[in-house]
Amino acid sequence: MNPIVRFIHQTGSPAYFYRLSGRLIPWLWAAFVPLAAWGLIQGLFFAPTDYLQKETYRIIYIHVPSAWMSMMIYAVMAILGMIGLIWRIRIAELLAISCAPIGAAFTTVALITGALWGKPTWGTYWVWDARLTSELVLLFLYLGVMGLYAAIDEPRKAARAAALLAMVGLVNLPIIHFSVEWWNTLHQGQTIKLIGKSTIDTRMLVPLLVMAVATKFFFAANLLTRARNQLLHQDRRKRWTKAVLGGEPGIGEAAS
Amino acid sequence: MTEAGNTGRAFWALLRRDFQLVIRNRGEWLQPLFFLMVVVSLFPLGLGPGPNLLARIAPGVIWIGALLASILSLDALFRSDFEDGSLEQLVISGQPLSLLLSAKLLAHWLVTGVPIVLLCPLLGLWMNLPGDALPVLIASLLLGTPILTLIGGIGAALTVGLRRGGQLLSLLVLPLLVPELILATSAVTSVADGLNAAGHLLWLAVLLILAVTLAPFACAAAVRISVS
Repeated sequence: MNPIVRFIHQTGSPAYFYRLSGRLIPWLWAAFVPLAAWGLIQGLFFAPTDYLQKETYRIIYIHVPSAWMSMMIYAVMAILGMIGLIWRIRIAELLAISCAPIGAAFTTVALITGALWGKPTWGTYWVWDARLTSELVLLFLYLGVMGLYAAIDEPRKAARAAALLAMVGLVNLPIIHFSVEWWNTLHQGQTIKLIGKSTIDTRMLVPLLVMAVATKFFFAANLLTRARNQLLHQDRRKRWTKAVLGGEPGIGEAAS
Repeated sequence: MTEAGNTGRAFWALLRRDFQLVIRNRGEWLQPLFFLMVVVSLFPLGLGPGPNLLARIAPGVIWIGALLASILSLDALFRSDFEDGSLEQLVISGQPLSLLLSAKLLAHWLVTGVPIVLLCPLLGLWMNLPGDALPVLIASLLLGTPILTLIGGIGAALTVGLRRGGQLLSLLVLPLLVPELILATSAVTSVADGLNAAGHLLWLAVLLILAVTLAPFACAAAVRISVS
């Protein structure tokens, strides 16, 4: 069999996914902790002070990676949901739905750190600026996906409905973003660009990028852990779960 | 009879059926309109009757009212069909489901969207909307209310089997309708400021085309999930 097809089939099996993710999670944490520690220490203590915003700017080492993650996770959720919907892969549905709370948490962190930064810099915690507003709408979209998932009793149907909503949201997000941008913008322009020269000092940029990578590992570790727990909970009456949990008798009966 | 002819006949039959069902159930199409009138009339009461203030907030208030009124009516879009099993019959009928649902959505727009458009001169009068802004408001509602029905239809299809579907529906759909609200209200406001509204209205038309082409498919997928 084609190795890619085999990989997809194998990971689609709950027991295999459980074992594989169990092996991966420690490595993901092991990558996250030193990266985040280095990035934060560099960013908070050693990166040069901004000439205009002084020390306040250092919140970007939390704020910017969180904001990036909030958007990336929505895309990951919608794509995983699409995979789950099209090929009916249960693990993909589970992973998609496990993205939502993590993404909502990152969005909240981005909004709160943005507010804390806004007070000394703009003189107010909240303004109806384009980026703040689209981040808020993003939070609403996450809450909608989570709400829909929670409202449907049957887990697989719930996951499919939530995945479809996430896909509709993904199509809508660029439209929302540009319409809101048109409506009102105050947020400072992008200083980090993929194309062209970034207008940020390298000593400031490197810790930021390290934090951006670290948050990816954090997300992956969290995602796998959440999906594993969901899987165990849904399959609590199945035989493989009992085998995995060391054959504790009556685990399913106690849970319901 | 050819296959395409059959599909066309099914479309018209469903459109007529839905239209008649709603028209004969007067509460279903009158209630959202009364709701809209009550919501709009609350703003002068809450903010004071100053004509300048009312004129400035008029487009936003009327549009938000229209948004809430159509969400309110969307909850019933698939519910009775879901409960008596006719939605399942549509799924297994062998005709393209997205097309059949388009007929239902069109019927819904005819009985909720169009009355909202017809009502808006009165609402504009209440809110002291300047006379030259009224045609733009009507145009924005004509272009915008079908989008409310189409995108709302996806939400309605996803929440149809649920107990507290109505509340959830507004949480799901309202954030998705932010662009329409922004474009429509800024179109009306720009006329009041002496600018040209054509750009905003054209963008609204773009969103309408996008919604007409994509939403029925999403709606069909949602119905399939809900009846499964």
